[in-house]
Amino acid sequence: MNTDNINTEKIKVPTMAEYMAQGKKPEVLFWVGCAGSFDDRAKKITKAFIKLLTKAKVDYAVLGTEESCTGDPAKRSGNEFLFQMQAAMNIEVLNGYEVKKIVTACPHCFNTIKNEYPELGGNYEVVHHTQFLKSLMEEGRLRVEGGKFKGKRITFHDPCYLGRANNEYEAPRDLLRKLEVELLEMRKCKSQGLCCGAGGGQMFKEPEKGNKDVNVLRTEQALETKPEAIAAGCPFCNTMMTDGVKNKNKENEVEVLDVAEMIAQAQDL
Amino acid sequence: MAIIGQILFFIALVLGVGFFTLNIKKLIRNIKLGKTVDCTDRKGDRFKQMAKVALGQSKMVVRPIAGILHIIVYVGFIIINIEVIEIIIDGLFGTHRVLSFMGGFYNFLIGTFEILALLVFVGVVVFWLRRNAIKITRFWANEMKGWPKDDANYILYFEMILMGLFLLMNAADYQLQLSGAAHYAQQDGSIVGAFPVSQYISPLLAGLSESSLILVERSAWWLHIFGILFFLNYLYYSKHLHILLAFPNTYLAKLQPKGEMDNLESVKQEVALMMDPNADPFAAPSGDDEAAEPEKFGASDVFDLNQVQLLNAYTCTECGRCTSECPANQTGKKLSPRKIMMDTRDRLQEVSKQIDAKKDPKEDGKQLLDDYITREELWACTTCNACVQACPIGIDPLSIILDMRRYLVMEQSAAPNELNVAMGNIENNGAPWPYNQMDRLNWANEN
Repeated sequence: MNTDNINTEKIKVPTMAEYMAQGKKPEVLFWVGCAGSFDDRAKKITKAFIKLLTKAKVDYAVLGTEESCTGDPAKRSGNEFLFQMQAAMNIEVLNGYEVKKIVTACPHCFNTIKNEYPELGGNYEVVHHTQFLKSLMEEGRLRVEGGKFKGKRITFHDPCYLGRANNEYEAPRDLLRKLEVELLEMRKCKSQGLCCGAGGGQMFKEPEKGNKDVNVLRTEQALETKPEAIAAGCPFCNTMMTDGVKNKNKENEVEVLDVAEMIAQAQDL
Repeated sequence: MAIIGQILFFIALVLGVGFFTLNIKKLIRNIKLGKTVDCTDRKGDRFKQMAKVALGQSKMVVRPIAGILHIIVYVGFIIINIEVIEIIIDGLFGTHRVLSFMGGFYNFLIGTFEILALLVFVGVVVFWLRRNAIKITRFWANEMKGWPKDDANYILYFEMILMGLFLLMNAADYQLQLSGAAHYAQQDGSIVGAFPVSQYISPLLAGLSESSLILVERSAWWLHIFGILFFLNYLYYSKHLHILLAFPNTYLAKLQPKGEMDNLESVKQEVALMMDPNADPFAAPSGDDEAAEPEKFGASDVFDLNQVQLLNAYTCTECGRCTSECPANQTGKKLSPRKIMMDTRDRLQEVSKQIDAKKDPKEDGKQLLDDYITREELWACTTCNACVQACPIGIDPLSIILDMRRYLVMEQSAAPNELNVAMGNIENNGAPWPYNQMDRLNWANEN
């Protein structure tokens, strides 16, 4: 029996308010994001990441009910007012807790807080969860190795807001290599990766008229590599790719998994 | 007689360069219709970007076939134009190959020009085949019908003719030098210049009399220089301005991460006021502001865009790499980032014509939104930055799409209904879905 096995029910997720009450500050704030908080599929990613943080003994906290949408979908839909209102409120909360470092599993939150908040008064070190997990691994705090994915055919779908938007292509791939998977690249990958179709507010509306859905096209590109699983690094991409796989009736053969979920599963967490 | 030629040449040169200068002034005037934008920061990085992307063609070779062919044409174009210096001096002073005093180096230069001219010719023929015979999809999109398609082909024909004339001129010149014709041949019978390509054309001319040879050489010479002057002036009316504008465009292109979108200054002030507990909501605007019209949010016409966006529009050469990478376009949606740039340029040119006709372009009942770019196109964008990444010369179609969305949402409340619902949710409960903010940590207690 693996003694490392961590049950989320036993994990108490600490909040910034509790830390404050004890006069402490965590090493890092975990920004959960709307999808990670409310979407049933994305909540699994959140829990997997929490398990990894716990396993690596990271001193972290979440904002809990004090967190609010970063404003990314509003800004990219053209509602700059709503975006800046959200930003102002979030920055007030973050600055109130004197937050220095933020980790998030959502590339949209990552991009917005990292690139668009500084000019509005919010200056933090912001990292994507794959970057954070990679640094934990390099510091020897987290073991990432083989397990159930060893030798499995895996392709990674680059989230636009992690890849093109912020030039991070390698952190998720480095983690997958450590899992000893057979890493397959789609014909459109990295800086030329095709969007899943969810960005720019599209997640919350019906697509405009066309002859195909973007997520179906992207899923076709992923399936061309004949993968056993599609790895993702964004809750929205995850949803879009999962829907795409269902559209192709492959849901029993090809799983869509976040990189954090894969690491957690590999360790039987 | 010779003096008449020199005078004619001078007049042609002055007219050609003069008319071009007028059009460039007009171009600058039009770009200045846009909002000013501060690009005085990070000069070193900007020069580096220009050197790498424009001069170094780094993004062209992402598609190796088109990229390498383009580099050949580009290098050929720049280097062969050194020869134009000699052509201008010869034309003005009636000399023959005035730079030949450089001796061996001159022969090396002319030889190089010839080889490049041949390579350019071949490159341009392949470009023509790619467009018209292989029919590569991106050259046959909707927005490429009519003038844009013809325009692209005209430019290719032009370059074929110019290179052909250059080689024909050299071939005739070589033949004349061989036959010892006056003005052409050297006293000692040596040959000026090296003709690695045109020496194979000159045998075709061997049967001609000296006067016919001179006629061929002179005609080719005149047509070549007229062709260059015509091409220079054609630029402004074509998609081909990128040969000049790629340099300022890559210098001024965004240096921040692609995901970073600007925070609207006008909104910042409003939000600061709303967040300020001491602000008096009923305060009368201070004296200065009263007369000033409140700034418009977003863009519905070219005047609302900034100068870099307008420069982008003039710089676009309609290669369509953006459109072929666009997820919306690939799945049959109406959006084409290239069309966004072409529409912006076409509207700006329409405005330009009205200014020339002393009419108020803001009163023509037309605008960029709806008359050129439809809402359906704007709402199809996923803001994925594939178009920005794909552009070989730093054009940012996404920034125009975003500015036009801002106008639709903030000035007209004209977002698609589902987006209004999502934005209402963000406003009321801090998430795009209708969940209570107080439930945000519930996941921690679920299985």
